[in-house]
This record gives sequence, structure tokens and C-alpha cells, in this order.
Amino acid sequence: MDIDLSMVNWARAQFAFTAMYHWIFVPLTLGLSFLCAFFESIYVRTGNKEWLNLTKFWMTLFGINFAIGVATGIILEFQFGTNWSNYSWIVGDIFGAPLAIEGIFAFFLEATFFAVMFFGWNRVSKKFHLFSTWMVAVGSNLSAIWILVANGWMQNPVGMLFNPETARFEMHNFAEVVFNPVAVSKFVHTSSSGFLFASLFVLTISSWFLIKGRHLQMAKRSIIVASVFGLLASSYVAFTGDEAAYEVAQKQPMKLAAIEGLYKGETRAPIVAAGILNPSKQPGDDQDPFLVEVKIPWALSLLANRSLDSFVPGIDDLVYGNKEQGIESVASKIAKGKKAINDLAEFKQARKENNNQKAELALAQFKKNQDYIGYGYLDKPEEAVPPIAIPYYSFHIMVALGTFFPLLFAAFLFYSLKGTIAEKKWLLPLGLISGLLGLIAQESGWVVAEVGRQPWAIYGLLPVKISTTNLAAVNVQITFFMFFAVFTLLLAAEIKIMLKQISIGPKEEL
Amino acid sequence: MISNLDYATLQQLWWIICSIVGALFLFLTFVQGGQTLLWQVAKTELEKSLVVTSLGRKWEMPFTTLVLFGGALFASFPKFYATSFGGAYWVWMLILFSFIIQAVSYEYRKKPDNVLGSTVYELFLFINGSVGVLLIGAAVGTFYTGSNFTLDLYNKVTWDYTLLGINLRGLEAAFSLFNLSLGIFLVFNARVLGTLYLLNSIDLSSTPDLESRLRKCTLRNFLIALPFLLYVLISILFMKGFSVDDAGIVSLVSYKYLSTLLALPHLLIMLLAGVLLVVYGVFTASFKGSDKGSDKGIWFSGFGTVFVGLVVLMLPAFNNTAFYPSKLDLQSSLTIYNASSSMYTLTVMTYVAIGIPIVLGYVIYVWKLMDSKKLTKDEVTNEESY
Repeated sequence: MDIDLSMVNWARAQFAFTAMYHWIFVPLTLGLSFLCAFFESIYVRTGNKEWLNLTKFWMTLFGINFAIGVATGIILEFQFGTNWSNYSWIVGDIFGAPLAIEGIFAFFLEATFFAVMFFGWNRVSKKFHLFSTWMVAVGSNLSAIWILVANGWMQNPVGMLFNPETARFEMHNFAEVVFNPVAVSKFVHTSSSGFLFASLFVLTISSWFLIKGRHLQMAKRSIIVASVFGLLASSYVAFTGDEAAYEVAQKQPMKLAAIEGLYKGETRAPIVAAGILNPSKQPGDDQDPFLVEVKIPWALSLLANRSLDSFVPGIDDLVYGNKEQGIESVASKIAKGKKAINDLAEFKQARKENNNQKAELALAQFKKNQDYIGYGYLDKPEEAVPPIAIPYYSFHIMVALGTFFPLLFAAFLFYSLKGTIAEKKWLLPLGLISGLLGLIAQESGWVVAEVGRQPWAIYGLLPVKISTTNLAAVNVQITFFMFFAVFTLLLAAEIKIMLKQISIGPKEEL
Repeated sequence: MISNLDYATLQQLWWIICSIVGALFLFLTFVQGGQTLLWQVAKTELEKSLVVTSLGRKWEMPFTTLVLFGGALFASFPKFYATSFGGAYWVWMLILFSFIIQAVSYEYRKKPDNVLGSTVYELFLFINGSVGVLLIGAAVGTFYTGSNFTLDLYNKVTWDYTLLGINLRGLEAAFSLFNLSLGIFLVFNARVLGTLYLLNSIDLSSTPDLESRLRKCTLRNFLIALPFLLYVLISILFMKGFSVDDAGIVSLVSYKYLSTLLALPHLLIMLLAGVLLVVYGVFTASFKGSDKGSDKGIWFSGFGTVFVGLVVLMLPAFNNTAFYPSKLDLQSSLTIYNASSSMYTLTVMTYVAIGIPIVLGYVIYVWKLMDSKKLTKDEVTNEESY
């Protein structure tokens, strides 16, 4: 099969670009929807008009963000078909289901109640309006569940069997797909990080109001709610991040090795708290992987296996094998995979010729190596290694920021409760930039998860380069630039509109 | 009970479910149709605001239904999803683009500092309602006229239609009079539905000019749509169809779709009922003046559209027919039996589908609640509006 590599890379770039754009807006929707629900709940309980104005202000920003989130989202679902049609056929039996369920249960909830949230103030009762706001929050987060079930399955494929007749994977246990531990840990980590990011967004804008000396009451109130929510969310993010890392270690050891820059596996392996990678380091050579590094002893063994004495495999162990630890080399897996591909082809040909005996024989041979079929498409063992630097730095940026955020929320909450927050001139600028930092952490998390998954579309089973549509690269190049132009234009509009609305600010009661 | 259903029943059931979603989408294109009417029926800022706000409260419905249509096809007929989206690349890409630009337009059109200015956002809405709907119609048309693909032993799609050395990847669908006619019919039908919806949704007592323009538009657009619909229907009756025999061999058979209509008379009845309902809806709006009931046309024409849509989507799939035929290689054609998910997935998804009536239930409840009072001039001037 001829594979046009440049098409793969354009398709990769297009997916990465559109997903990262989408990911600017989605976490904000996940968290801001709940914050709006909190604000409105306080209004309904107290009947205080100022809380109503505050709610409406944040809802306006939510709406501006939501629209572009929807716009950038539709393309992701259909891109699986347009650019990755081989993927869609080979795993559509499993992967399509959560996307359809997301459509049925989550999107309609959001779409239906969104209209009430914005236009229902005088059309429905106060309580039904509040209910609708909550439903938008529930709907947004339900959507995250299903998309992360789909994504979790790409990282850790479970609940399916390979059907040689159709040469594709088919679902055989839906519960395993839904309760896939990777999907569960992904959902809790991602949604709570969305809550965190939205809380930072509220801090950013409220800090700006405090610095400017405008809307002081509203800003202080928003800060209290956002700090509490953010503090809770950040402890949850840390807890679920640990869980997510454990799942990565168990299911995707190569990804863990990449994000830690670990080439030679170790017992009592340390974590690199910070460090600069050696850019000339290649798998299998004897160079030091780091130019500079600060390590925390034993921590990686603890994180990866919950045991200080455990062995954590490095990139070299995983690529070249480690007999002592019972790790098979990629070269051996590639050989088995190529055999599986040949046996499958023989099976298909025999079926076509109605030669059942030959087909049975080929099938029996195929079954011996079928778990390695994906490796058969790799050209060399080193291809099984994801790019190291991108996930490594992204991971460390994410963790560093994730450690900083709870401190920030705690400080904001502390001074808010003391009533001196508006005077803390050193803290407010930190609050002002915190939204941007939150965005960086969000995108870094996505990069760790998806770049660390390379070269696989379905981890260990289906390489990305086999997943594409049979399509000339020029088509994908053109659509890439079309998306780039449209999304950038819309983002510019979104930011300008948002800034204007912030500068107008909430309605003040006289 | 669901676990006792056989594979073929599940495959048929899922094609029916996808068809219902698709047909409901066609009803909901009143939003798209309304978007194309904006410059024509609304002459003042107030009228514009009434029209855009009224449509803006519903814009997410067709959008979400389209996304669900895609998701449902992905889950239940992945081979179709892969073949059509990956194959007819440019048709789908352009459709998607038209929906991307729609999604921000309502929210951003009147907001200060929106960079592009309100006219550009209105143009986005127009493109979505015209080009978007036209291409959807052309894409559906290929269910009857066929496409230019082959599938290899591993079902990888190769698309082959070149013009001046360029592989058009699906755009050639627009070269077929049948596909184009279906697309144009859908555009003008959406405009009819748009006028009917606006008549139903807006309190027009303070804007009589808007009302008379809307009523005129209903009839005019219907009269434009009609010949295209007739051309499509008559073509369907006389055209050759992609028939599948017991051994799964696809061949072109004369009067295939006519024979299906006769073999499945409920489809024929649905089609006739659908057309009559559409006509009746237009009649209520055009000839009843401002009488009581003259604003209910959307429900007749809307459900008429659902019925017609259901027949258009089901006719090429049932009675041993290939619903996504290949003109290049008949044996690569897709049927609901060779393109579906496994029995296990379809069974799981059928359990999931039990939830659809609940979703429909709350959608209808909230719709009624929100539309119990018509949109007034005061509301768009004093409250949240687009």
C-alpha cells in the first residue's frame, strides 16, 4: 500500500489545530456553565438583583464563548470521516457509539436549555430558568463524558475483538468501553481542569475590575465563588492527575517514558521535577538525556506503580526489549505484525476465492499474531517512540502550573474573606494573567495526551499513518488553511467582542 | 426484547432512525430558510431584529440535529460514514464550513466590536441557508444517482472523478440535474418553512409590512420549489435503481424505485400525505389572510417535509436497494446490510435509542413553553435579543 506521508502529516496538523482551537473554548464552557448556575442559585435564594446582574454578565461572556465552541466543534466529529476514513471504518463500530450518544443526550440538553437560559428570563418561571441553567452545565459536562470515553478508548482500547472477515475491530463489551479506567480518569481530570480554568477566567476579569476600581462589589463576589470552586477543582485536578498518570504508566508505558524523558528504565526511578532535554539524544545511544535536571528520588516508581521498589521501563527498554523485565522488543513485535498482515491478506484472498480450507489455515496462523497487527505497519522500531520534547515540556509546564493554581486560589480566598483583596496590589496582577496561564495548562494537557499517543491512533493497534483517507495531500492543505483563516478570524472577533463586553461590565443597581 | 431482534431487523431499524433524524433536520431547516429571507423580508432594523431573534432562539436545533445525524450514521453505518465523508470530501467540507460560520453569527452579529460588521454575519447566515442546504440536497441526491468510488478488499475508498486533471471528490454531484434539483427544492422548501415559522413565532401586529412580505414570500417560494420537487419525484418514478439480488450482486434495474413504492405502499402514502401537508401549510399562510389559524402553516408544512424527507431517505435503502451506490463499480455499492455496524453495536445503540423519546419530550415541552407567547417588538428592544 502506498502511503502519502505528507497527507498524514497535514491531516495530523489539521486535527491538532482544530482540536486545540476547540480546546480554548470548551474547558471554559465546562466550568463557566457551573459558575453561572452557582451565581444564579444565589440570586434565586436571596432575591438580590445584584446577583442577577452578576449572573447575566457572566452569562453574556459564556454565550460569546459557547458560540465559537460550537462552531469549532462540529468539524472535529466530521473530520474523522473526511480525513481519517480508514480509521472510521476500522473502529467505527466502537468509536462511533459514544459520539452518537453524545449527540442524543448531551447536545440536545445544551441546545434546548441554552435558549431558555438566554431568552427565557420573562418566559418561564424563576425556578425553571435556574433549572435550565443547571441543565446547560450538566449537558456540557455530559458531552465531555462521551467524548472522553471515545478518546479514552483510543488510549486504552478495551471491550472489542478483531473480526478478520471484515478486517476491523468490533465492540463486544459496551460496559468495558464506557467504564474503561483510562476514560474515567480522563473525564474526571479534564472536567475538573475545566472548572479550574473557568475559575481562573473569573479571577482574571474580576482582578481587572479591581485594578481599575470598577464594579468592586460584583468583582469581589465573583472572586469568592470562583476561588472556592477553583480551590476545590484544583485539589481534584491534582488527585485525578495522579490517577491519570498511574493509568498512563500501566497502559501506555511509552508515553510515560516520553513525558519523563526516561530512556533507561530503573527500579526506584526518580521523577524529573525540572530539566532541559539534550536535543541530540536518540534512543539507544549513550548520551545523557538531560543537559540539566532536578530529580525527586523514587517518585516515579511510586507514581507509576504505587510502589517505591518497582521498575519503570524507559524508552530503550520498550524499543529494544529487556529480557530481565520480560519486555519484548519492538523489532520482534514488528516481525509478528508483518506476519499477521500477510496471514490476513491470505485469509481475505482465500475467502474471495471461496477456498475455505486455505482460509481456515490462514486464519489460524493470523490468530497467533493478531495482537501485533498494528506493529506490522511500522517501518523501524524507533518509529514506536513519540516525539519526546513536546510531551516532556508540556507535561512539566502543566504540572508546574497545576501546583501554582491552588496557591493562587487560596490567596484570593483568604484576602477576600479578610476583605482586603482590593488592596493587594501584588496579587491582582497575578490574578489578571491567571486565565492565560490556565489556558496554557489546558493546551499542554491536551498535547501530553495526544502527542504522547503517537505514533498510534489506537494505542498499540492502529498507527496514525494507516488511519487516513486515500486523499491527495493538497486537499487537506487547502482545508487546513481554510480552517486556519476562518478560525483565526472568528477568534479575533470573539476576543474583541469579549473585551468590549467586559469593558461595558455588568449592569449596576442604582 | 431488543436483544431478540435479528441482525437484518436492527439494520433496518437503524436506517429508519437515521432517516427520522435526517427528516427532522429538513423540517428544522426553517432556520436556514429564514436566514436567506432576512434581507428580503426585513426592511427596518426592528424587523431584522425580530426575524434574527426569532430564528436565533432555534438555530441550535438544526445544527444539533445535523451533528446527531452524522454521529448516528458513524455509529450505525460506519462504512457509509467512511466512504461518503472521506470520498465526497469537498461536498462535506463545504457543508461543514457553512455551519461553522453560522454558529457564531447569531451571537456576534449585533455585538459591538465584532470585527466583521453585521452585514458579514448576515452574509454568513445567507451562505449557510443557501449553499449549505443546496449541497446537503445534492449529497442526498447521490443516494439515487450514485457516486464515483471503489472500495478495495479492506474497504478503503478510492474516489475517481477528474475534471481538467483535478479529482473533484464529490463536487461533481452538483453536475447532476437530479441532485441539483433536489438541492434547489430543499433550499426553497426551507424558505417556505422559514416564512411559516416566522409568521407563527413573531407578534406581527406592530409590523404589518413584515407580515405581508412574509405571506407573499411563502407562496412565491413554494411555486419556485414545486417544479424542482416534481422533477425529482417524476425522475424517481422513471429512473433505473441500484438493485441488490439475493447473492448481494448489484445491478441497475429499470423502475426500481417505482416498484419499491408499489411494494411498500406505506412509503407511497407517506409521500402523498407529505406533499399534501406541505401544500396545505402554504395555503393557510397565503390564502387565509390574517385569520385564526393562518399562522399554523409551519406545523402542516413542517410535518409534511418530515414525511417527504423520510420517503426520500428510506426509498433508496429498502426493498433490496443499495442506498449509497457506486457508478464506477456497482459491486462497491453500499447497502444497509453491508455498511452497518456489528449486531452487538446495533443492539447496544438500540437500547440507547430508548432515550430518544425522552429527549424529544423535553425538547417539545421547552419549545412550547418558550413559544407560548409570540416574540414582541418590546422584547427585542428591551431584553435579550440578537
